[in-house]
Amino acid sequence: MNRIPAALRRRSVFLTTCAASLLGSLALAGPAVAGLFGPESGGSPNADRIADLYWIIFAIALVVFVVVEGALIYSLFKFKARKGAVAAQIRGNTRLEIGWTVGAAVILVALAVVTFIKLPGIRTPDNSGANGLELADGTLLAASPTKERPPNGKSLNICVNGQKYVWRFTYADDCTRNDFKAPFAYTTMVVPTDTTVTLDITAQDVIHSWWIPAMGGKMDAVPGHYTHTWMKVPGEKANTTFSGQCAELCGRNHADMVAFVRAVEPAEFEQWLDEREIDVKEANEAAAEQRKEFEGSDDSIEQSSDESTP
Amino acid sequence: MAATVDPPTATPTQQPVPQVVTRSVRPEPKGFTSWVTTTDHKRIGIMYMVTTFAFFLMGGAEALLMRLQLGSPDNTLITPGTYNALFTMHGTTMVFLFVVPMMAGFGNYFVPLMIGARDMAFPKLNALSYWLLLAGGIVFYGSLFFGAPEAGWTSYTPLSSVAYSPNGGIDAWIFLVHLTGLSSLIGAVNFYATIANMRAPGMGWGRLPLFVWTILVYSILLILALPVIAAAVTLLLTDRHFGTHFYDPTQGGSPMLWQHLFWFFGHPEVYIMVLPGFGIVSEVLPVFARKPIFGYKAIAASTVVIAFLGLLVWAHHMFTTPSPAVVLVFFMLGSFLIAVPTGVKIFNWIATLWRGTVEFTTALLFCVGFIGTFLMGGITGIFLAVFPVNWQLHDTYFVVAHFHYVLMGGAVFGIFAGIYYWFPKITGRMLSEPLGKASFVLMLIGFHVTFLIQHSMGLSGMPRRIYRYPDVGDLALYNLISTIGSFILALGILLTVINVLRSVKRGTVAGPDPWKGNTLEWFTQSPPPVNNFDILPRVRSVEPMKDIRRQVARQSGGDGDEPVAPTEESLVRG
Repeated sequence: MNRIPAALRRRSVFLTTCAASLLGSLALAGPAVAGLFGPESGGSPNADRIADLYWIIFAIALVVFVVVEGALIYSLFKFKARKGAVAAQIRGNTRLEIGWTVGAAVILVALAVVTFIKLPGIRTPDNSGANGLELADGTLLAASPTKERPPNGKSLNICVNGQKYVWRFTYADDCTRNDFKAPFAYTTMVVPTDTTVTLDITAQDVIHSWWIPAMGGKMDAVPGHYTHTWMKVPGEKANTTFSGQCAELCGRNHADMVAFVRAVEPAEFEQWLDEREIDVKEANEAAAEQRKEFEGSDDSIEQSSDESTP
Repeated sequence: MAATVDPPTATPTQQPVPQVVTRSVRPEPKGFTSWVTTTDHKRIGIMYMVTTFAFFLMGGAEALLMRLQLGSPDNTLITPGTYNALFTMHGTTMVFLFVVPMMAGFGNYFVPLMIGARDMAFPKLNALSYWLLLAGGIVFYGSLFFGAPEAGWTSYTPLSSVAYSPNGGIDAWIFLVHLTGLSSLIGAVNFYATIANMRAPGMGWGRLPLFVWTILVYSILLILALPVIAAAVTLLLTDRHFGTHFYDPTQGGSPMLWQHLFWFFGHPEVYIMVLPGFGIVSEVLPVFARKPIFGYKAIAASTVVIAFLGLLVWAHHMFTTPSPAVVLVFFMLGSFLIAVPTGVKIFNWIATLWRGTVEFTTALLFCVGFIGTFLMGGITGIFLAVFPVNWQLHDTYFVVAHFHYVLMGGAVFGIFAGIYYWFPKITGRMLSEPLGKASFVLMLIGFHVTFLIQHSMGLSGMPRRIYRYPDVGDLALYNLISTIGSFILALGILLTVINVLRSVKRGTVAGPDPWKGNTLEWFTQSPPPVNNFDILPRVRSVEPMKDIRRQVARQSGGDGDEPVAPTEESLVRG
């Protein structure tokens, strides 16, 4: 009689130690926890809020997991067939069954409530910070109904265009207009810190998906449609480069369709943007000159204005 | 002994027996021809199971090749095109050529036996559905010699359009969907007609075995979902070859149309795959816990509710697409709702074990493995249903892990439980239990080593369907663990293959009812004769065999362990 409780006690001590050491190592591991048990975050408040929501669900899920798996394993070994044991011929228990149906439903209602509380902070962009880029009043475009703007309507808008197998970023307010004069970049997006950046995402060939894990959720780039997300890199993350890659199968080199976001101080950003603007202008002028030369030399060849991809 | 199952209530009718006059009698076909020409549901069932298991092994080999490629970062073992073909073949094979038809195989063999029928309602159509399935598989794998499809099992447009997938692989895929879809559709109508019309006397809907319930709901789901995918792939075919633009955004079409149509089929398909697995668990657990199923009505009803809700949640596969917020909210809440009937099932299964006398047979172990693993897949499903969290997890290895927990841990463990439980009935011989247990342990460990760590890969930012990844963070370690696990899993499956091949000829002779089962298939010999039953008892509960054993015990004064030998006058004619 005495041995069983002792064994049980030893087992419970062992289990407690395991659980404590697990939780302890989780707490100490810090950033390592993200990636192993939770999503990446830190690049933008929406990523942080998604991670918060994730951890709430994780906690509830962990309890459900332990209780149900525990009950399963317990009933398996506790009621193992033994000599003389007779199975109880129970066919059901309506009260109990209603009880756990309601119990499951209550957990899900709680999850739904938490999600609805967290949702606005994730979907709706924050206002830009005081140290952010000086933004003009939001050109409140009649964009798609799914586009969310920050409360004050001011954001730096970037058009993201997925193409096999590269990302193009155009710094323009209206992405539906092909503004050839707008500065653009491939693969690496440069953004100012502490500034709300809204993204209008589309693709021009097949479906791609825009995803920088530390900067929030992914949004598909679907040809013929626009999706939207936003980011606001905290000031202390200046000169950090965040990486991600296309998350929707887009062909053989899908794995190589990477994307980077480089966060810089607003002043540096403005300088960079000006340089890009000048580069684009010069390139456009050079192209126009070449075209003139070309057209002058041979009229029979038909010309198409293909010097710029949208 | 006088085993009275039922007092003779039906007196033979006095009408003259119709005479059958035959002019010539063809000899019974033998050997190979007997299999090709058969319309016997049991032989068709065996052909289904053997064929689909062969496809399972091929799909498994494809998975191992992918895991080998991903075993180390920036690996160059497999070219990107081949890798894309591999995951397309793997997914398509497992869904269309393994899980769904495997369930049809079990259904074919056991539905008539469990409801006390002579055969399926339409035996020739039954043969047709098998041969269409085989044709679908051959057409699809034939594409290996020309150009395999590379757009994934979802074949999203525009990637699957002729501009971006010019070779015939996608066309082979479309052909496969049509052929296997037709096969499943014919099979589903057949199941429905059989279950609705050919049940044994006394077997009302409340006494239908739970496996048969799930096959009934599986059939209804197939009938509702398959026409949609048939239409979708037909539009894709005309887009590719006949100048239409249903999915072409440059001509006023939309790739979103494909996604909606695909997932309107694709999500019910998940339940089509997993519900019969639920049915197998609901049959096996009470037999080895020696206890009636807990809450028969709740389990049957939750099957129906899951199927109904399963038709209303398809867009939770599309949370990152351009969709209005109200759509996202609707599909999130709908997906939450499904967790309730699913939870009810899991609780009922645990309550079935509770206070029972659990016998640790291999079949029971696979059922328990199923419950434990499926539960984890269900929990990660809740993460994915919360759409803001889904934005992080969608299309990553987290999703890959999730659906393998649901389909591999769920449907496949259910299938293996079915194999170990019913093999004695099909062949008349027992599978080796020690080998079976070894197989279970290896499969369970291998499975979790392979797929648990994949959640972490996804959380670390690794998208699915990439043929290589850079050596950043712990990705290399995670992937190595997963690759090692996949080979443990494969070894476990191999042990069952060896077990089956060995036991078919050399296993212990099983007798009609080795497990002391509950349902009517154990009433007949193993393997059952062509006509299944000479006589049938009147069904008085969900566990007719238990009733019969009890009656035998009462009348012979034994403990109910004697084999049942019913006398003719005591039984209603089948």
